[in-house]
Amino acid sequence: MENRQSVPSKSKTKAEPEILTGSDILIRALLEEGADTVFGYPGGSVIGLYDTLIRHPKLRHILVRHEQGATHAADGYARATGKPGIVFVTSGPGATNTVTGIANAYMDSIPIIVFTGQVASTMIGNDAFQEADIIGITRPITKHSYLVKKAEHIPRVVQEAFHLASTGRPGPVLVDLPKDVLASKAPYARKEGVSIRGYNPTYEGHTQQIAKAAKLIMEAKRPLVYAGGGVILADGSDDLRSLAMQGRIPVTTTLLGLGVFPEDHPLSLGMLGMHGTYAANMAITECDVVLAVGARFDDRVTGRLDAFSKDSKKIHIDIDPACIAKNVPVDVPIVGHIKNVLPILVSMVKKTDTAEWLGRIEGWKREHPLKYTAKPDRIAPQNVIETIADLTRHEAIVVTDVGQNQMWAAQYYRFKNPRSFLSSGGLGTMGFGLPAAIGAAFGRPDATVVCFTGDGGFQMNVQELATAVKNRLPIKIAILNNGYLGMVRQWQELFFEKRYSQTYIQEGNPDFVRLAEAYGAVGLRVVKPEDVAPAVRQALEVKDQPVVIDFIVDPEEKVMPMVPAGAPITNMME
Amino acid sequence: MKHTLSVLFENEFNAIPRIVGLFSGRGYSIDSISIGAAEEAGLTRATITTIGEEQVIEQIAKQLNKLVDVIKVVDLTFEPFVERELALVKVHSTPATRPEIVQIVDIFRAKIIDISTKTMTVEITGKEDKVDAAIGMLRPFGIREIARTGAVALKREFSGQA
Repeated sequence: MENRQSVPSKSKTKAEPEILTGSDILIRALLEEGADTVFGYPGGSVIGLYDTLIRHPKLRHILVRHEQGATHAADGYARATGKPGIVFVTSGPGATNTVTGIANAYMDSIPIIVFTGQVASTMIGNDAFQEADIIGITRPITKHSYLVKKAEHIPRVVQEAFHLASTGRPGPVLVDLPKDVLASKAPYARKEGVSIRGYNPTYEGHTQQIAKAAKLIMEAKRPLVYAGGGVILADGSDDLRSLAMQGRIPVTTTLLGLGVFPEDHPLSLGMLGMHGTYAANMAITECDVVLAVGARFDDRVTGRLDAFSKDSKKIHIDIDPACIAKNVPVDVPIVGHIKNVLPILVSMVKKTDTAEWLGRIEGWKREHPLKYTAKPDRIAPQNVIETIADLTRHEAIVVTDVGQNQMWAAQYYRFKNPRSFLSSGGLGTMGFGLPAAIGAAFGRPDATVVCFTGDGGFQMNVQELATAVKNRLPIKIAILNNGYLGMVRQWQELFFEKRYSQTYIQEGNPDFVRLAEAYGAVGLRVVKPEDVAPAVRQALEVKDQPVVIDFIVDPEEKVMPMVPAGAPITNMME
Repeated sequence: MKHTLSVLFENEFNAIPRIVGLFSGRGYSIDSISIGAAEEAGLTRATITTIGEEQVIEQIAKQLNKLVDVIKVVDLTFEPFVERELALVKVHSTPATRPEIVQIVDIFRAKIIDISTKTMTVEITGKEDKVDAAIGMLRPFGIREIARTGAVALKREFSGQA
């Protein structure tokens, strides 16, 4: 205490630490970290915490309808804003319902902090009512976790949780709070700054390695930037754009990297990988130098590993040393924060002579563009994406579910801005779309938020329509309704001789328009291709409630190009 | 091949499960793990032996390093290191076999630390292969119980230049 009092700027407030309950300490600590929004759901173990919330209007609590919705909403909030998303849930089932959302955030390195209630510390291990060992359950899917044993530890734990979630390679942190700890009283004492002995991410890239990388890029005849979600997490999009444009280097991105580089720019190749563009997959195969930035050579990107970009030298910039050379050997590894490394590279890389290479790429783009053939009487799902993209000037925050709707959105929206494509990449979580869109709408009230989903994924967290209606969120939910679990159906068509085992869901599907109306949202149905644009315009006019648009699309439409799982990525079905 | 990892960590709540989980999460089993207080108050050292491909072990080591509780990870496998294991072996004995057991114990510079009318308990220290050999020699007498610590190991500092 003496030490803290001797810090002049803080001496006044720290002189007489207030005695508060654990719940009050928690909320105060969150406010001190700059938190303004919590997504949550009350229950027995956190009833005291929720009582305390009433006295703290500065911390806005968004009541969801299912705890999974809370974690996805916090995740969407974090992706849209860059700030950690926060979740409050109760013990036992409340905690276990967050597991999918935590795993989702872990796979995509999204900073969320999940505060779970726990049974009283004297009861832990007794199979008490609504007890679950949530720390144990979430051990492999959290960056770190805490079981708080004393109320006075809460400020430090909250500070560390924010620090761990949002620095280095971001990720979810779980804080388990026994009921008696929340109820007990302790002095509120907060120290400035966080120091964790075993946690020291490398932020500065090795200068010589960066110089080596610059030299490789300058000497390359066929360089290519392969940018991933890490660039967005690091807010490094501007630096990446400078590097590519200054060096005349073409850019392909991963699914989570969409928006890092404007897709209307001639140097953009769009997405690579299983459903990547022809040009991107050819370019990564034929290039002589790959600059991988904040990407992890995921199997959906590389296809068969021994055929992936065989003849290139690889430079890999990532903050996580465990990510480098995990799947693919790397020639120039650079561990560091993209925001520190890229500006140095920008200062070193001048214009390179890539005219011939860009010419080849242009040829690939011209001869093999993304394409689909719309049938006259059926709505092509790709056309829905393109129409919404045009009418939102490619600037909406697009949140997707998982499957065909996700891939079509990735291929056809043509993103301009980072943090405008929010999607479950690593885990591939159906049901992510709607709650994540809700989180994004709270984080970015200025933006138009569009959720592309399917008739399958939408129903996995449809209860969150209530959250959107209650909060008058004007999100646009576009259901690409094909009556199937479309992506699985596509695989069954192509690889399982059209045996559509358990993927036909039309029978039993609700009337989505009436469902929307039952919740108090606007419901629209579009069955004719010519009605797509008018319906989208109508939806965009709605400013104070969610709109569900049920697009009845061609059930036979497939996501193309497609590389069969495990094949070289040049093996594209078109 | 066999790897010996030395992991220095702060033994906070849940630290040991996090460390162990990185092995099981990749389908690797730990052959032995020995955990105890390290040189500095509050720090703990685990010596872990496991068998696996070098690339996977390297990935596990990198992941171990990422754990917030972990201060330092060294894969001793590729460095000179000293290693010891302690085993307690309860072996069946009769007045007739006792002298022979004592002889074996002497050869292995082991110790007899407990005796009863029907058993002797032997303390053996050494590298894993020595412990294995001693147990092998005692086996014909009838082994009742064995408790082994698993290896503890530290890097050898002497590098040839005194």
